[in-house]
Amino acid sequence: MNEIQEEIIDEFSLFGDWMEKYEYIIELGKTLPLIDEQYKTDDHLIRGCQSRVWLHAGLKDGKVEFTADSDAVITKGLIALMIRVLSGQKPEDVAKADLYFIDRIGLKEHLSPTRSNGLLSMVKQMKLYGVAFAARGEDSDIY
Amino acid sequence: MTPATEPVRPVDLQAVRSQFPILGRKMNGQPLVFLDSAASSQKPVSVLEAMDQYYLTRHANVHRGVYQLSQEATEAFEQARRAVQGFINAASDREIIFTRGATEGINLVASSFGRQFFKPGDEIVLSRLEHHSNIVPWQLIAEQTGAKIRVAPINEAGELLLDEWEKLLNERTKMVTIAHVSNALGSIFPVEELIAKAHERDIPVLLDGAQAVPHLPVDVQALDVDFYVFSAHKMYGPTGIGALYGKEKWLDAMPPYHGGGEMISNVTFEKTTFNELPFKFEAGTPDMAGAVGLEAAILFMEGIGLDTIRQHDKTLLDYATEKLLSVPDLKIFGNARQKTGAVSFLMGNHHPYDVGALLDQQGIAVRTGHHCTQPLMDWYGIPGTVRASFGVYNNLEDIDRLVAGVERAARMLG
Repeated sequence: MNEIQEEIIDEFSLFGDWMEKYEYIIELGKTLPLIDEQYKTDDHLIRGCQSRVWLHAGLKDGKVEFTADSDAVITKGLIALMIRVLSGQKPEDVAKADLYFIDRIGLKEHLSPTRSNGLLSMVKQMKLYGVAFAARGEDSDIY
Repeated sequence: MTPATEPVRPVDLQAVRSQFPILGRKMNGQPLVFLDSAASSQKPVSVLEAMDQYYLTRHANVHRGVYQLSQEATEAFEQARRAVQGFINAASDREIIFTRGATEGINLVASSFGRQFFKPGDEIVLSRLEHHSNIVPWQLIAEQTGAKIRVAPINEAGELLLDEWEKLLNERTKMVTIAHVSNALGSIFPVEELIAKAHERDIPVLLDGAQAVPHLPVDVQALDVDFYVFSAHKMYGPTGIGALYGKEKWLDAMPPYHGGGEMISNVTFEKTTFNELPFKFEAGTPDMAGAVGLEAAILFMEGIGLDTIRQHDKTLLDYATEKLLSVPDLKIFGNARQKTGAVSFLMGNHHPYDVGALLDQQGIAVRTGHHCTQPLMDWYGIPGTVRASFGVYNNLEDIDRLVAGVERAARMLG
């Protein structure tokens, strides 16, 4: 998991200014593994104050798989980064993940509780899925 | 003799801006463009100095001390009350209640007036444009008393539909409450007309003046309004203080809101009698330094001139509207004929959060989201808007930076 985080940090170190960085984030938003429409319901909605985030998780071959969506593209890009780090990991690793890359690539402000974009709640929810799958110990979908 | 057409003195922007050191800050490496004064304005040095001087030289608890210092503190506090009285031209300083802000003022009236006068089936008439602060307190008292909320519709431009509003008034209507100026769209409501029509039916009117006092001269006697609330922090004063104006006949008839010290006349365990106005509604030690800061904010505004402030705001709003409308795919929400203080917009189909985040990267502070007016945003069918709002310190360059910032954000979002 940390290898992926280092990879992301390397990618972001190439950017000369904020515009390149945000253009990349906006591009990443388009690669987000989108949540199946059937799960895009209030049950899967993580309420931020401004942008809405839908998140779904399943366990396949002992690894957590996340899909998501948001109505804001910068939020989508940031979710894509989280999913790149956390999808395909073992539940217990997801549960105790230290997502230090966010700070290192200078996007910490987007995870601030005052930013109210739903991202912080989403990270908490992703970790909770890790805890839940670790406890259950068999392949399944939650919800 | 001063002819009514005498040109209004323009604002000396350099002098005004020098009063706000915060405007010299950089955000994300760019000089700050602060366009969120409708949420909270910045504070001039004179306000901070007045509060400092109060604490450094005049502070003691008010109204109870026999010693000179307490009397000086009391005098400072009561002088601030008279400054508020003068600012909105109230008939008496007994009609000025210090509150924590507009929200507390509305809660006070809803709770005290409602407990005294609302009966099951009674109605409270408000508008679709209200800030949550002018909805939720009425919902709470409606739940307790069995009263009902009636919501007057608006048109696409963000103007109240007067005829529809008037149809809601009937013998069960016990309160009309409405924003003087919409925080989300900047619409100015025709409050003189509303008050006159409500009074024809003996219905009292509360105006939420939070977004009006920073931009418009307000005269509560000329308006003949029953209650008027505002916050200091949106008009260059400190946070945590505001004022409620209420006609004495209503305030006298209303029970106290909070209980405590200061608001009593005599306390025994059998029966407590309450202090006279305005102290009946000011339980506990008040925010003296805040009151002094509010007075300094009034002096700051009056020093510039309320007409000058009004005209400068109009210049900014007209310029911003014209420039923003020249941006392809940009849509302004709220095109009321009478507007002040703010322009709300969306850029194509882009989420306001995305636009706001990219403006922030360029040092431009705007508000994005529903602006605490979810029923209004739901009515428009949008998640929110980007809102640029103005203070007397903003200049045309700020608007140019905003427009360039929005154009750049639009290019990046594709």
